[in-house]
Amino acid sequence: MNIHEYQAKQLLAKFGVPVGKGIACKTVDEVGKAFIALNQPLAVVKVQIHAGGRGKAGGVKLVRSPDEAKKVAQSLLGKPIVTPQTGPQGRIVKTLYVEAGSDIDREMYLAVVMDRAAQAPVVIAAAEGGVDIEELAQHRPAAIARQRVHPVKGLMSFQARALCKHLGLLGDQAKGGAKLVTALVKAFMELDCSLVEINPMIVTKQGEVKALDAKMSFDDNALFRHKDVAELRDLDEEDPKEVEAKKFDLNYIALQGNIGCMVNGAGLAMATMDVIQLKGGTPANFLDVGGGANKQQVTNAFKILLSDENVKGILVNIFGGIMKCDTIAEGVIAAAREVHLSVPLVVRLEGTNVELGRKLLQESGLDLQTAASLDEAAEKIVRAIA
Amino acid sequence: MSVLIDGNTKILCQGYTGEAGMFHSKNSLAYGTKVVAGVTPGKGGQTIEGLPVFDTLQEAKKATGASVSMIYVPAAFTADAICEAVDAELDLVVTITEGIPVADMAFVKDVMRGCRTRLIGPNCPGIITPVTDKTGCKIGIMPAYIHRPGKVGIVSRSGTLTYEAVWQVTSAGMGQSTCIGIGGDPIKGLDFIDCLRLFQEDKQTEGIIMIGEIGGTAEEEACEFLKGQVTKPVVGFIAGATAPPGKRMGHAGAIISGGKGTAKDKKAAMTRAGVHVCDTPSILGATMKKVLGGPKR
Repeated sequence: MNIHEYQAKQLLAKFGVPVGKGIACKTVDEVGKAFIALNQPLAVVKVQIHAGGRGKAGGVKLVRSPDEAKKVAQSLLGKPIVTPQTGPQGRIVKTLYVEAGSDIDREMYLAVVMDRAAQAPVVIAAAEGGVDIEELAQHRPAAIARQRVHPVKGLMSFQARALCKHLGLLGDQAKGGAKLVTALVKAFMELDCSLVEINPMIVTKQGEVKALDAKMSFDDNALFRHKDVAELRDLDEEDPKEVEAKKFDLNYIALQGNIGCMVNGAGLAMATMDVIQLKGGTPANFLDVGGGANKQQVTNAFKILLSDENVKGILVNIFGGIMKCDTIAEGVIAAAREVHLSVPLVVRLEGTNVELGRKLLQESGLDLQTAASLDEAAEKIVRAIA
Repeated sequence: MSVLIDGNTKILCQGYTGEAGMFHSKNSLAYGTKVVAGVTPGKGGQTIEGLPVFDTLQEAKKATGASVSMIYVPAAFTADAICEAVDAELDLVVTITEGIPVADMAFVKDVMRGCRTRLIGPNCPGIITPVTDKTGCKIGIMPAYIHRPGKVGIVSRSGTLTYEAVWQVTSAGMGQSTCIGIGGDPIKGLDFIDCLRLFQEDKQTEGIIMIGEIGGTAEEEACEFLKGQVTKPVVGFIAGATAPPGKRMGHAGAIISGGKGTAKDKKAAMTRAGVHVCDTPSILGATMKKVLGGPKR
């Protein structure tokens, strides 16, 4: 789960990470009042969307008066912002964050990620800020310092010092930097984050080290023990079909193609998408109905697939393990009837009672095709919508 | 021989009295697997569905001589359950539970440093060694009936994709030595290299099917290992060629991040390591049959 910059800064401030003073606003008037309340000659108005690249897309503006702040707010609120991470349709701006301006002397990069190779959190630091860290890692790996965090004890002081040394922070700035990175790691661990990224972290002309931007992602598996964090979820930032699927315990991810697929198991679901593409089609989604593919789950899944108007045909691929194929076939038939399925449907079942399952499907009177293998199923659905 | 488990392996079930633990313990027992006791704190001393239940794993191990546990406890308590099994010095812990916080697994792996216990999972179908056409040692949620004893070892990050491979191997007239589902989480127990090493050392195993997916670099590392240390033929598949970057494809570990962990890279690594790479999982069984030169199981 991701949260907005202003929410991340509020959380991080509680752990002692220095952040600028700011106010989140939903209306033009609030933005004007926020500028006055901050009482600074310069403020920054930043769109709050779950995507990077906001600055280049025109979503971050400097303002010097309440009127200017309001004018900027007028031009941003309720309108889409398109960044490389939002897709071509962009994201509608619903919240603006008004923050006191900073005298930036220097920008740096700092992040904590859960690293699968290290099997622990890892701090990543670079002496240049506002960078694309992945690009930097590829072209100049030596520019990046890494410290593995002990999964229980957290970051040691010497590690914080080493990171600051790499960042070129000296004297009081090194102390400020060490304090920031230590607080950041503490927040990361206590809140079960998967990523905390400060890009950029800055030194001000006054010598203060602070977070100018903040991005936080959380481990969905751990949200049960962070109810306050879970409440920060912004459903407007997620695909409505994915939100709906989650309610039914379905694992759904929307894609750009036109063949809807329904599969049990994540690996088989990915493989099904792959084979559709291999046979010349394009998958409309990833959908894992889970181990217990019963009628209700299949009905819910059909409804979500059909709510995508790009879907021109559906491929159901289920390996009947514990759940027998005849039971699954009954579920598919009942669900197809209930939703009045109107697009071509290819069903591939394999596993226990597979002959019985196929017989039920063929005798159902429904306009569907069956297939014995995944390859055959993909060929049939690609042909059916051609 | 098989790897890690065989027909004589004695198993404890942690979370036995829960719905999943009970259901899958019964299925294992029906397949002839020696599940000998359950462990549920607070329910010790009872006999439930024919098995004695103990409060602690230590007690259960002492009373039964079991060396392996399977874990079906809810995700919030799984780290504790694994640590209890590690503390009791079991040989193997198979963790089926999915949805465990990643930080909990980082903690578990830290606790497990230098210990004798091996961990499979979490978020996996488990491990199975078929002994006859109808019986065997099944520690997990896989459907038993698709397996036959044989010479193909299978290691995979995905559940249903493993069943797919097993079924094809069986349908082609061959069978399996042992099938290991290592699970879809980013931080886990045994990884590909551990399993490949076991299959290479196992006399029964003549060919290996390796099923990977996007995310991480475990497949690439395994391919480096294959080059130097595995002489048996390997047939491979990688799921997720069409997965968009930055999206978690069901499994917590199945995500392309920072341009790393793509199916293309993994398949290329497999090809360089001499793996017979399949573009579709539909041909895993047929490819293995061809590689082994016949269906003699």
